[in-house]
Amino acid sequence: MPRASAAALRTVPPTDADATEDRAPEPARAVVSVSDLSLTYETADGPVYALSGVDLAIAAGEFVSFIGPSGCGKTTLLRCVADLEQPTGGELWVNGVSAEAARLRRDYGFVFQAPALYPWRTIERNVALPLEIFGVPKAERRERVRRYLDLVHLGGFAKKFPWQLSGGMQSRASIARALCFDPQLLLMDEPFGALDEIVRDHLNEQLLSLWRETGKTVLFVTHSIPEAVYLSSRVVVMSPRPGRIIDVVDCSRLGRQRPLEIRESPEFLAIAHRVREGLRAGHAYDE
Amino acid sequence: MSRQVNRTIILSVATVAGGLGLSALAHSPDIAGQAGSGFWLGTLLLWLAATLAARDLAGLAAQQRKPSGLLALAVPLLVGFLLVVLWELITVGAGVPAVLMPPPSMVAARFGGALPVLAADFVQTFVKSALPGYAIGCAAGFGTAVLADRVPFLRRGLLPVANFASALPIIGIAPIMVMWFGFDWPSKAAVVAVMTFFPMLVQTGAGLAATGRIERDLMRTYAAGYLTTLVCLRLPQALPFIFTALKINATLALIGAIVAEFFGTPIVGMGFRISIEAARLSLDMVWAEIALAALAGSAFYGAIALAERAATGWHPSMRAAR
Amino acid sequence: MPMTSEALAPPARPVARATLAEGNALPIATVVLTIVIVWYLSALLANWTGTFDALARAGNPTDLQAVATATMQQERPVVPAPHQVAAELWKGVFGFAPSSKRSLLFHGWVTLSATLLGFAIGAALGIALAIAIVHLRSVEASIMPWIVASQTVPILAVAPIVIVALGAVGIDGLMPKALIAAYLCFFPVTVGMVKGLNAPDRMLRDLMRTYSASQTGILLRLRLPSALPYLFASLKIALAASLVGTIVAELPTGAQAGLGARLLAGSYYGQTVQIWAALIGAALLAALLVQAVALAEAATYRAMGVRSR
Repeated sequence: MPRASAAALRTVPPTDADATEDRAPEPARAVVSVSDLSLTYETADGPVYALSGVDLAIAAGEFVSFIGPSGCGKTTLLRCVADLEQPTGGELWVNGVSAEAARLRRDYGFVFQAPALYPWRTIERNVALPLEIFGVPKAERRERVRRYLDLVHLGGFAKKFPWQLSGGMQSRASIARALCFDPQLLLMDEPFGALDEIVRDHLNEQLLSLWRETGKTVLFVTHSIPEAVYLSSRVVVMSPRPGRIIDVVDCSRLGRQRPLEIRESPEFLAIAHRVREGLRAGHAYDE
Repeated sequence: MSRQVNRTIILSVATVAGGLGLSALAHSPDIAGQAGSGFWLGTLLLWLAATLAARDLAGLAAQQRKPSGLLALAVPLLVGFLLVVLWELITVGAGVPAVLMPPPSMVAARFGGALPVLAADFVQTFVKSALPGYAIGCAAGFGTAVLADRVPFLRRGLLPVANFASALPIIGIAPIMVMWFGFDWPSKAAVVAVMTFFPMLVQTGAGLAATGRIERDLMRTYAAGYLTTLVCLRLPQALPFIFTALKINATLALIGAIVAEFFGTPIVGMGFRISIEAARLSLDMVWAEIALAALAGSAFYGAIALAERAATGWHPSMRAAR
Repeated sequence: MPMTSEALAPPARPVARATLAEGNALPIATVVLTIVIVWYLSALLANWTGTFDALARAGNPTDLQAVATATMQQERPVVPAPHQVAAELWKGVFGFAPSSKRSLLFHGWVTLSATLLGFAIGAALGIALAIAIVHLRSVEASIMPWIVASQTVPILAVAPIVIVALGAVGIDGLMPKALIAAYLCFFPVTVGMVKGLNAPDRMLRDLMRTYSASQTGILLRLRLPSALPYLFASLKIALAASLVGTIVAELPTGAQAGLGARLLAGSYYGQTVQIWAALIGAALLAALLVQAVALAEAATYRAMGVRSR
């Protein structure tokens, strides 16, 4: 039963109080625990080291962003956690079991780069898709779809088809779809990458309040520094060739209540500066 | 705007009235077969009026904010009307011998007079030969494609071969099928089944391969099995391709059934009638059969197109048509 | 020459293509082999009863092996064995002078010439129609529905009548067959070309407008080049359709020559092997023609400096 294990994890209190350092929390509590993870592709031009020696532990209730230039392996790492890619070395545990077992018991919701809504289904039927697959009874399905569409402010668009919605609305629908079966772990792969700045700000605010209210653990891939710092309790900075972690920046001192204006505060700018420095260092290695 | 509308209406009405009038005139004994230059001038004017009307109607249809089916339909109807009228005027006016090209009025009269024969031929060729063959061929092609999709080795081997086979003149197997299944409708249905098999196999195969990576990954994150992925994602994604095959096959089925009858048939059937009446040079009956074939073919095609619109209304190509 | 183009190609591509070819060669060979085996088996099964009876009537031994061997050598089998068809094909192609009426080359050439003429007419008509449709809205609105409707008329079925009618006004020989073929093959060309000519997106068309290019300029420099992939794809379909049209046109008119005439003659006289040989011959011709278009496509892309996919 996926729900049982998720409920057990929810009893763990939010961790921003004790995650004051870049140090990983207790492995026993970790929702995602990665040690010495590596992934190498064999190509015609020789091996490509997508990930190399990655160590990381993410506790329940954390919001962790992964940032870095393209090819740094941030998406690959997320896909490994989701069991969409198989690492070639190292260890990876999700909720204390292998990534595959976690996927099979539907421990996480995944939000892709594109909304990936099925064009032949209405918005409500798109959101209901995982519930249908999991065999949730019809009455509960309807209730949950309504609840989560309201949560992302799409209540009035249940009967619309995806093409009748704007890009931002489609993104929100895909988030509702990832949330509707109430996974305690959310994996988001540049979900707002294709949206304009204003819509993106708005969705960031909504995502943050959602995280605050539900206490879910979120892994979030992005290449925007302000977005990463604004959303996260920790920012993981990565660099390419080989894909690895070069810095882990703690953002919890910004607090859990974050108005958009916080992005002009000195603390915010200081953290953003450190992330940028890390990215620059990673890039220098490249040239 | 309104002046344009007025002109269009006047031109359209003039075309229809002029066409009917000239057609009636052509049959008068003074003109039939010996039409003078005045008659041909009238014909030319009619052509001009119809062309202008069609142009104006097309312009109006394009201006409409919400395209209604009616205006869009008016243009091809007008052009079709013009074609039939021109055919009538030329064949009757110039006295073209009926063994060469009978006028539409004669074909229509024959059509009305030979309804029982036409109905029997229709049942033999369309209901008994084309439809069962179509159903068998499409179902088999679909099943094979799904099976081939399940076994990658089979897919990589079968799809190129099927692609090659769909370019072959499969109709040529008709004599073999007659040899195997006899003269009656089973041999025709077999030809149709083989003809419709390959387009369905190729299209369904392409449709099943059309699923995007993100969509497949999404199903994987739900730990959805093969069957769930097939039903929830890949078959809906393949529907437009499947309908393409269904439409291609709709025309193929009738052609196959008729042509297969050229290789031996009981004394009923559209293909049989066409070849026998052509040999007797009674072309009005031949054309009546052709008209029947065209009607049946268009209706069959149209029914599938309607089903397609209902089933794949979400697809961008359908939205543009709305 | 091939060396140069190989050298010019980016290094990753030949590797990718080679692995792809290797990846498909084995499955395709397996499928083809399976077809041949199934063919032999069905020849064995389908001819069994007839052969058995014939042998028994003649007082010959009817043990398993004797009948099995005999099923492969029937003169008028229900299903001829593949090697019989191959032998007939070989005899038809190389056994007679190409001018002989018994030569498959002769009949193949009759069919091929009508096919090519029809294809040329149909393709030219299709391209011209497509250009007209793209440029004149009234043409699109008035003609396009009829072009679609024209294909629901089973022209193949009425081909013989068209031939009779044309024959009555003194048009015979190659032309009537070619006209049927042309009727069949203009449609895919028109549809494909319209799609292709409309393929350049808004930005590319707007770019031409900023140069205030003429319609002809846009057609030559933008629309035609981007329509090429669509054109070649539809030409392959059109050529196959043209061949089918020609063969059917040869069927019931008492045509003396052509692959269709061979089919019909074989059907009249129960010459199963001859039917199959003509059929396989037609299939080979179709494969050859489609391959020729593919080669022309590759050559065009190379001349334009475009990487073919």
